[in-house]
Amino acid sequence: MLAKRVIPCMDVKDGRVVKGVNFVNLRDAGDPIELAKRYDEQKADEVIFLDITATSDDRATTIELASQASEQLRLPYCVGGGFRTIADIRRMIAAGADKVSVNSAAVKNPAIITEAAAAFGSQAIICAIDAKQVPGNPNKWEVYTAGGRNNTGFDAVEWAAEACRRGAGEILLTSMDRDGSCDGFDCALTRAVARAVNIPVIASGGVGKIEHFAEGIIEGEADAVLAASVFHFGQLTVREVKEYMRAQGISVRL
Amino acid sequence: MIALVDYKKGNIRSVEKALQAVGAPVVVTSDPAEIAAASTIVLPGVGAFADAVASMNELGLAGVVRQRIEDGVPFLGICLGMHLLFEDGTERPEGEPLPKGLGLIPGTVDMLPRVDAQGNAYKIPHVGWNTVEFAEDPLFEGIPQGEHFYFTHSFAVPESDCTLATTTHSITFPCAVKYGPCAYGVQFHPEKSSDAGVALLRNFVTLAKEA
Repeated sequence: MLAKRVIPCMDVKDGRVVKGVNFVNLRDAGDPIELAKRYDEQKADEVIFLDITATSDDRATTIELASQASEQLRLPYCVGGGFRTIADIRRMIAAGADKVSVNSAAVKNPAIITEAAAAFGSQAIICAIDAKQVPGNPNKWEVYTAGGRNNTGFDAVEWAAEACRRGAGEILLTSMDRDGSCDGFDCALTRAVARAVNIPVIASGGVGKIEHFAEGIIEGEADAVLAASVFHFGQLTVREVKEYMRAQGISVRL
Repeated sequence: MIALVDYKKGNIRSVEKALQAVGAPVVVTSDPAEIAAASTIVLPGVGAFADAVASMNELGLAGVVRQRIEDGVPFLGICLGMHLLFEDGTERPEGEPLPKGLGLIPGTVDMLPRVDAQGNAYKIPHVGWNTVEFAEDPLFEGIPQGEHFYFTHSFAVPESDCTLATTTHSITFPCAVKYGPCAYGVQFHPEKSSDAGVALLRNFVTLAKEA
């Protein structure tokens, strides 16, 4: 049986993990590879490196990171952020990334999903969606880009369905309302998207405690759950999370 | 020396590093002569069946790889590298004939169904860690039944006499095959399967040395 996945996500800037990592017994907590290896030991199912570097000069550092990761990691990894063209994606995949996640570029030009899926296979293309609930309408969410600054007015569920039709292999769905809140995933949003597509959905945004992971799978109907700070600060280990999930009847790899 | 066949369809460094990590000397090559001389062959795989076949033929690799497998040289095909052992595949540009594989094992590589026999919907691509049930074999020595390996694919090989292991998604399908004394194919990615993947690659390198 296919296991539900637990995915630690690292924000990377200039080749270093940012947003605070306070990891016990780690020689260099800012090194994304070293952190990823630690998560591998804890039975993480994959990791995501989210490149929050602003300038194109620094992209070389991220490509170098992907290259190092392909040599040193024994689990799949995704690199996200900053892809504008097929050529950008090609460079990252050539460096060894198993998957890339595309967000703003796909909203601006949905054909990039179609082209990337045709060139590299659906399994390599994740469509990342940042969604925010429309005030006063609990069952409607809109897609935001540029790190949540720009409301596109697109319906998040419809956009997910289109990304799926265009050949995206997975949806990485972040609730802007819940991100950083520690209140748990937006399970209504996650469920709405999970039911609208026939590709895996990764729930993201809002994890604050161990129960939230199981909620994302059971109530949100997600295929995978993503978290950052609860892992980086050592509040929870991936293994603890998976043991908890298993106790809730969820199939996990341990 | 292991010849890691590079047919120019993507990054194979993680496979190279994973083999080196279990102590195997590896040469990455697209030279038919080097493959003809190698003691062991590993055929990785990324991309589409038709594309891979075209690339293999263009580089003049299909014939030599097929011959070496027939000669009983230890072989490991990973993902698409396993698919290529079969007769043909349905993954191709619309309207074109079925691209031919190496044809060592009968059957057609086809897309996994999106619904099971009971009508339940399944997500395709089949992505993530799934449990593997295997027949006793040196390749799985020391690995517990039902161990998880990492999969990422939409197409799967058909049932044949060569099935060594299976996994279940929308259907139960072969995820490892064995042809002859020591030619193997695996659907999952041992190089991305953490400790279980390392154990499997170590087993393969050991049995290849003893072959």
